[in-house]
Amino acid sequence: MAVPRDQTFFIDPARCIGCQACVQACTECSTHKGQSMIHLEYIDRQQSPQTVPVVCMHCDSPTCAEVCPADAIKRTADGVVQTARKPRCISCNNCVLACPFGVPKMDSRANLMMKCDMCYDRTSEGLKPWCASVCPSQALFWGTREEIEKLRPASTPANTFQFGNQTIHTKVQMMVPKGPINLLDMVASLNHTSVSHEVTDDILMSNLFQPDATF
Amino acid sequence: MDTPDRDQVTVPPDGRAPQDQPKWRKDFPIDWPQDEYVSRRDLIKFIGLTSASFVTGQFALVVKSLFDRGAAGPGAQAIASVDELAVGETKLFEYPAGSTPRMLARLGEEHFVAYDQQCTHLLCPVIPKVVDGKFHCPCHNGWFDAATGNVLAGPPPRPLPRVTLETRDGVVYATGIERRTS
Repeated sequence: MAVPRDQTFFIDPARCIGCQACVQACTECSTHKGQSMIHLEYIDRQQSPQTVPVVCMHCDSPTCAEVCPADAIKRTADGVVQTARKPRCISCNNCVLACPFGVPKMDSRANLMMKCDMCYDRTSEGLKPWCASVCPSQALFWGTREEIEKLRPASTPANTFQFGNQTIHTKVQMMVPKGPINLLDMVASLNHTSVSHEVTDDILMSNLFQPDATF
Repeated sequence: MDTPDRDQVTVPPDGRAPQDQPKWRKDFPIDWPQDEYVSRRDLIKFIGLTSASFVTGQFALVVKSLFDRGAAGPGAQAIASVDELAVGETKLFEYPAGSTPRMLARLGEEHFVAYDQQCTHLLCPVIPKVVDGKFHCPCHNGWFDAATGNVLAGPPPRPLPRVTLETRDGVVYATGIERRTS
């Protein structure tokens, strides 16, 4: 069976609470027991506790597969980029370096690149991926576009990313605030000072740090 | 599924149509169904070329054996004196010099035989058991008849290649090598 065409991941970084449930669930999967295929990354550790779950985006033109000299990374007909084929992978780390999203990781003990394959064993049978099924805040949502649009009226899914000169379309969708955004420019955002990272909870701040002029 | 298996889902980075892509991209597709797909033409080509190479190899072997048959052997070479070996004893020698070891055995007063020491199965050195009239290969329990070199038991497919001998004036000479298939 194949992964249904209308179902995919919807990642909403703003909803991620950093609970690591997705990482634990992924680690416990018996197809790669002890190793998590999902990374929980801090967006800007110094400024904010905000985390974001990183799953494979399943690009239409997978850079990892393009750079693979051993022809080890394959994509199934339903658009899922699979973990490197074990007999072919030469653990050269090309894919690890090339992936713009930083998804593939090298298992140096197994000499094999392993990455998120959207829980292919589950999703191809109509089940949700482990991470999406345990995410308490549904920062990782698995379903159809209609479902997510009904659930999150203030957000819109985007799947076009710009990395320098490289435009990437992905199978996995990223939820962004509704507005005139149709392309996420990653390189530009590095130089962009965003306000969204700053915690401006005045009540909390005033309770925690009493400004004492007499002190 | 609403599309045939072999439809390309991966878009090349330059965005051009599949027919405008370089040939290596067709040979090393990213899509799994295309990677596993073997066209009838490719299959026939593979079968044809493989069969042709086997046939060529067989003919090459035939031609080589014809040439080898015509060529002169290494000539006579003294390998031992008759007194050197008691009945039941063996001696290793090289014939011609630098060859793999061969084995001379004295089976009777006037009865000398010589064979390759390498078992015809996987080239292990065989151990002489002249008292029993046998040679034994311990690797896979192969047995050869000492008098003829023929296989008695075990996996060896052919008799041991025999070295033809000649005894003149108390000296045993090797005069040629006889390879046998049965």
